[in-house]
Amino acid sequence: MSADRLRELFATVRDEGRTAFLPFMTAGLPDPQLSPSVFGAIEGADAFEVGIPYSDPLMDGPTIQAAGQMALKAGTTLDRGLGIAGGVAETTGKPVIIMTYANVIFQVGPERFAGKAADVGASAVIVADLPIDEAGPIQAAVEAVGLGMVLFVAPTTDERRVAQIVAANPVFVYGVAELGVTGERKESGGHAARLSERVRALSDVPLVMGVGISTPEQASDMRPLADGVIVGSALVRAVLDAPDTDTALRDLALISRRIADALR
Amino acid sequence: MKLVRPDDRGRFGDYGGRFAPETLMPALDELERAFEKAWSDPAFVQRYHDLLTSYVGRPTPQHVAGRLSEQLGLTVILKREDLAHTGAHKINNAMGQGLLVGEMGKRRLIAETGAGQHGVATATAAAYFGLECAIYMGEKDIERQRLNVYRMRLLGAEVIPVTSGAGTLKDATNEAMREWVRSVEYTHYTIGSVVGPHPFPWIVREFQKVIGEESIVQLGGTLPDVVVACVGGGSNAAGMFYPYLDLDVELVGVEAGGLGIETGKHGASIGAGSPGVLHGSRTYMLQDADGQVIEAHSVSAGLDYPGVGPEHSYFADQGMARYESVTDAEALDAVDLLARTEGIIPAIESAHAIAWVARERASLAGKTVLVNLSGRGDKDVEQIAQIRGLL
Repeated sequence: MSADRLRELFATVRDEGRTAFLPFMTAGLPDPQLSPSVFGAIEGADAFEVGIPYSDPLMDGPTIQAAGQMALKAGTTLDRGLGIAGGVAETTGKPVIIMTYANVIFQVGPERFAGKAADVGASAVIVADLPIDEAGPIQAAVEAVGLGMVLFVAPTTDERRVAQIVAANPVFVYGVAELGVTGERKESGGHAARLSERVRALSDVPLVMGVGISTPEQASDMRPLADGVIVGSALVRAVLDAPDTDTALRDLALISRRIADALR
Repeated sequence: MKLVRPDDRGRFGDYGGRFAPETLMPALDELERAFEKAWSDPAFVQRYHDLLTSYVGRPTPQHVAGRLSEQLGLTVILKREDLAHTGAHKINNAMGQGLLVGEMGKRRLIAETGAGQHGVATATAAAYFGLECAIYMGEKDIERQRLNVYRMRLLGAEVIPVTSGAGTLKDATNEAMREWVRSVEYTHYTIGSVVGPHPFPWIVREFQKVIGEESIVQLGGTLPDVVVACVGGGSNAAGMFYPYLDLDVELVGVEAGGLGIETGKHGASIGAGSPGVLHGSRTYMLQDADGQVIEAHSVSAGLDYPGVGPEHSYFADQGMARYESVTDAEALDAVDLLARTEGIIPAIESAHAIAWVARERASLAGKTVLVNLSGRGDKDVEQIAQIRGLL
């Protein structure tokens, strides 16, 4: 699968006048053996964001940080994480986006990492601590094997940087809907609308909103603003908080279905 | 080659850069512009140096440690950063960044701290400049540095315990950086060492280079053979080394050897690490084959960090300085050695530098060695007493 799968997805959702649902889940949560069932329980996804856990996740709040620590402790390595991502791509037939941190990629080397991601059938790569200023080598490696690079735009990003980011040909722009790290929020800071306006004014590159979106209502609020919505912490918490696997899978199905429905 | 400042991408050779969430990038740009403007403004530089003189107590003394020299068979000169206000070199940087924040219109300082000296220095700067202050500190470090926790609270700072990971400096740094992502609109992150995304390693080195500059003046035309400083993140070493880089002097950074490099329980990022990305910059760090950060270990809370400043990585690769390590046990012995020969109880961090000199005394025989005594040991006395079974 390549970046084209994602481009087709965004073209389709635009034609259908809806917003895509891109659930995030940490690979290897609660352990690598159960991970395929966890991804399998998520309903209504248009594409999956698969997090390769990292020990020091600067962009993530406590929920995803805890999930990463649990997955690492349970023996999730880069190769196992990518294997899980490949399984998701194969069993669901949906595009898979790999999310991780720069050091994980640099340690194996951008070319080898991109090759491995392509081999398992991923479509794109998100690197949480990689601004456009440092993206060059990783973006080049990822695009050389036909995958797409995702770049971030935040509420604090100035016009010069927004222009630079959309011009770098990301497969989609990850719009940071709230100031801060990933996690659930009761109140919205109201940044998303302005952010959407600013990106749309400069480009028709697909815009996907993430960070601080956890309820069906919050997801629904993004419909007029974005081509897609990423929900992570609310799904991850369903797994972390559940007393047993069956409950986790049932809660995950319920929450994801509600959010997917809110986007249709 | 000595780099006056990092390149356009914030690099010292292959090291440094900016690997941070996009939300922070404009703040880093703003900080770089503010520092560039301030540091080229003679009035700002004058205000900074006036503060160092009138408030921090600079110049700090430098003197020959007579009894220690006699015992080791070489000449040891001590640069007494332990006598700066609040008890360590950290105050130079905290006051500099505090002054800079005034130019940027932010109202709150946050910081990470390990041994607590940077936390105390930041809380002091916040009180002096009338800013709000929150300090992130690992719960393990809160336990072993209780005195400094009280000091920070007395100064009006909120001390926020960090329970993730090993509860040490690395985890406090993660949490402070995450807090900065949340509150970047009104908060300045006062990074305490020559680490983090550009421009921090450059800014902190510039505020700390006063140590080496003063030292050269105080030597009055003579030069030591060797200059030694301990290295965790490396701010006291960067400040001491930088003015000496152009001179015919050997520079030695001493990392935390912990329980011994061979045990894997240490903080020797250059000696036993490899290049990677940690806390926003490319540098030597402790990591496994998958790029996951390995916890550091040191008896010293200030050296318990799995990375090092990018400029030190550059110095190491270029052979401009060399990096050695001493163990926890050697450092604790060096606390006793300095206390009993000179009447100075050093911070355990600084004792690492003394320990290396003591261990290498045969090869250093007859030479003149300048040691940066980066901080005083009051904060460590309770911990040392516990280790020695005296409490």
